[in-house]
Amino acid sequence: MQTSLIRKIIFDEKSRSLLIQTLVIGLFAIFIYLIAQQTAYNLEKRGISSGFDFLNISAGYDISIRLIPFTSEDTHLRAYFVGLLNTLMIAVCGCILATILGFLVGIIRLSSNWLFRNIAYVYVEFTRNVPVLLQIILYYSILLSLPKIKQAFPIFNTFYLSNRGLFSPSPIFKEGFSIVFYSFIIAIIFTIFLKRFLKRKQEQTGNQYPIFFINSAIIIFTPILFYYIMGMPLEFDHPVLKGFNFKGGMVIRPEFLGMLFGLSIYTAAFISETVRSGIISVSKGQREASQALGLKSSFVMRLIIIPQALRVIIPPLTSQYLNLTKNSSLGIAIGYADLVHGFGGISLNQTGRAIEIMLIVMLTYLSISLIISLSMNIYNKSVQFKGNA
Amino acid sequence: MSVIIQSLSRNKFYNWVYKNLFSSWVNTIMTIIAVIFVYEIGTFFLNWAIFNADFRTNFQGELITDRTFCSKNISPGEYGACWAIIYARWDQFMYGLYPIEETWRVNITYALLPLAIIGILFDKLPYRKLFIYFTFLFPFIAYFMLYGGPGLSTVGTNKWGGLLVTLFLGVTGIGLAFPLSILLALGRRSKMPIIKSLCVVFIEFIRGVPLITLLFTANVMLPLFLPDGVNPDNLLRALVAVTLFQSAYMAEAIRGGLQAIPKGHIEAADALGLTYWQTTRKIILPQALKIAIPPIVNTCIGLFKDTSLVLIIGLFDLLGIGRAALADMTWTKLYYEVYVFISLVFFIFCFGMSRYSLYLEKKLKTDNS
Repeated sequence: MQTSLIRKIIFDEKSRSLLIQTLVIGLFAIFIYLIAQQTAYNLEKRGISSGFDFLNISAGYDISIRLIPFTSEDTHLRAYFVGLLNTLMIAVCGCILATILGFLVGIIRLSSNWLFRNIAYVYVEFTRNVPVLLQIILYYSILLSLPKIKQAFPIFNTFYLSNRGLFSPSPIFKEGFSIVFYSFIIAIIFTIFLKRFLKRKQEQTGNQYPIFFINSAIIIFTPILFYYIMGMPLEFDHPVLKGFNFKGGMVIRPEFLGMLFGLSIYTAAFISETVRSGIISVSKGQREASQALGLKSSFVMRLIIIPQALRVIIPPLTSQYLNLTKNSSLGIAIGYADLVHGFGGISLNQTGRAIEIMLIVMLTYLSISLIISLSMNIYNKSVQFKGNA
Repeated sequence: MSVIIQSLSRNKFYNWVYKNLFSSWVNTIMTIIAVIFVYEIGTFFLNWAIFNADFRTNFQGELITDRTFCSKNISPGEYGACWAIIYARWDQFMYGLYPIEETWRVNITYALLPLAIIGILFDKLPYRKLFIYFTFLFPFIAYFMLYGGPGLSTVGTNKWGGLLVTLFLGVTGIGLAFPLSILLALGRRSKMPIIKSLCVVFIEFIRGVPLITLLFTANVMLPLFLPDGVNPDNLLRALVAVTLFQSAYMAEAIRGGLQAIPKGHIEAADALGLTYWQTTRKIILPQALKIAIPPIVNTCIGLFKDTSLVLIIGLFDLLGIGRAALADMTWTKLYYEVYVFISLVFFIFCFGMSRYSLYLEKKLKTDNS
């Protein structure tokens, strides 16, 4: 009787898998318990207190790059949000620049000109086989070796490039500018509906309308119209050299520029490869068939090649965006005040709450990653082949 | 006869040039722009790196012992790179602070490393079995040679640095992550819900956070997790983080290979009465790993580059040593020389790996069709 029970447990798939899983979860629980106990013991021994109350203590350090006001008296929680915003800022700017550069290089890689093709190839091989951290540090040291503020290099006499960053005019929004801004948004929403309406009309009647032309005209001219109606409510504060520094305007710091260049030049190399393989994946017959139908070459690209290439491009593009966002944590190497540098570095050293802070930082990155992959999945679904295939 | 061949080849050459460089006036303009671009960049770089550069001596023939001897610092504007910093710091770049009289041990390990890897890389190698045996033996030899043991003095890992740390983290991280990643990939495809969800959570968690946070965690928190007597040194902590990180990425690459195997193979193996582990070992893994090698190599390239992150937690890998050299007052400000040199070292390794991955992809294509 007993042997048959053992036999049953070992040879019956269901009971065996139940047994294994109970064992695994038991071992896992013991493992976690042991670690938790040991950690509690170690923390007590070292006199490290735990808990999240430190978030309300004043941080005591300053953050030079910030999107929201921050002084050293503000709390660690606020330092967290400053860092998070900086991480998001570099991630968004990096993704945009990397996409533009990546698409450009990807298309050049397919150029019919041998030299252009190979210049792009050399660029791709040299940037993607060198660590991104090294590139960030390299570009940062190039930016730091720019002329000093006194000899700042002027660009069109409005921007000034120096080793302290790029000084540029800052916009001053006067009363009424919000109306111009809203008019811009409304114009965009209106064009979306107009496009749908005209598309439907085209399907019914067969008449083609210059949708792109009309819509761009609406989007460009509506805000300009309102801008003049409201009495030009936008001025620029130009940076002026006074003494040892520029007064007025705003500055884009070399830490930000170094991160931006490093991340986007590195990621663009990967993006260009996905773009290239995406375009190659569209079979030659598609192009020939559309040419045989008499489509203009710009239409062939826009209506036939790109929509099909996007299906191949989007999934790897998503993972490149994720990589770029995660790599933005390297700001600590050159002093870009992102989440890991400020909150995960200085706050950690000051409060000693390693476990809590690392947990918060990791969960934040996890959520950012999740949000990016979710939104890209939604976009991916919208470009995927619709049908039964 | 030779005249015909000549004219044919010339024809081919003209055709190629016409088609690739001057097929239309747009193309011609592009060619001209590209030629100017390549010429400008090329001459600038070559002049900087070779023709106007100092190697061991400056333009006056003096041996360069610190940066004030560099030609570009003596007469600014005329001269290019000053590679003397690389010569002066060569031992540190290669071995870190490893005792100079013991560096032969590192050299032997470096020399044996290709022998240990070659058996895995090429499956048509003669006497491949012997090489594979050596691969399994190599970690013990390397441990003995590098760390020390009976007959050899102990060299603590705090003395390791430069290429040694970079290669150690890269090779050991990949080697340890490989078995772990196979288990994770199999676990993720397991029918047992608890095992599956554990693997999924582990993989997705590691893939969702940056490596630097894992390195921080390992560096700060590993000592908190462990009992009093056990205190892994910094290099070992970094190795733990790197291994876990790599195993998650590799597991995803292997999962791709597992998914590519037709269900019929598993059903056939079941029908033959093979157990799960027999099926996995003899039917599934050999096929899946073969398909997964190119993506696995890609994750390895990624890891090799990412080992440079350990400088942030205070280890002296290649980049860390470079920064230390620049922090030294005698050599400071020679950024480009150091960074270009380190880039070149990384480039050689990573480009080599990517060529290997391409070679495999081509080989697999012909194998299957």
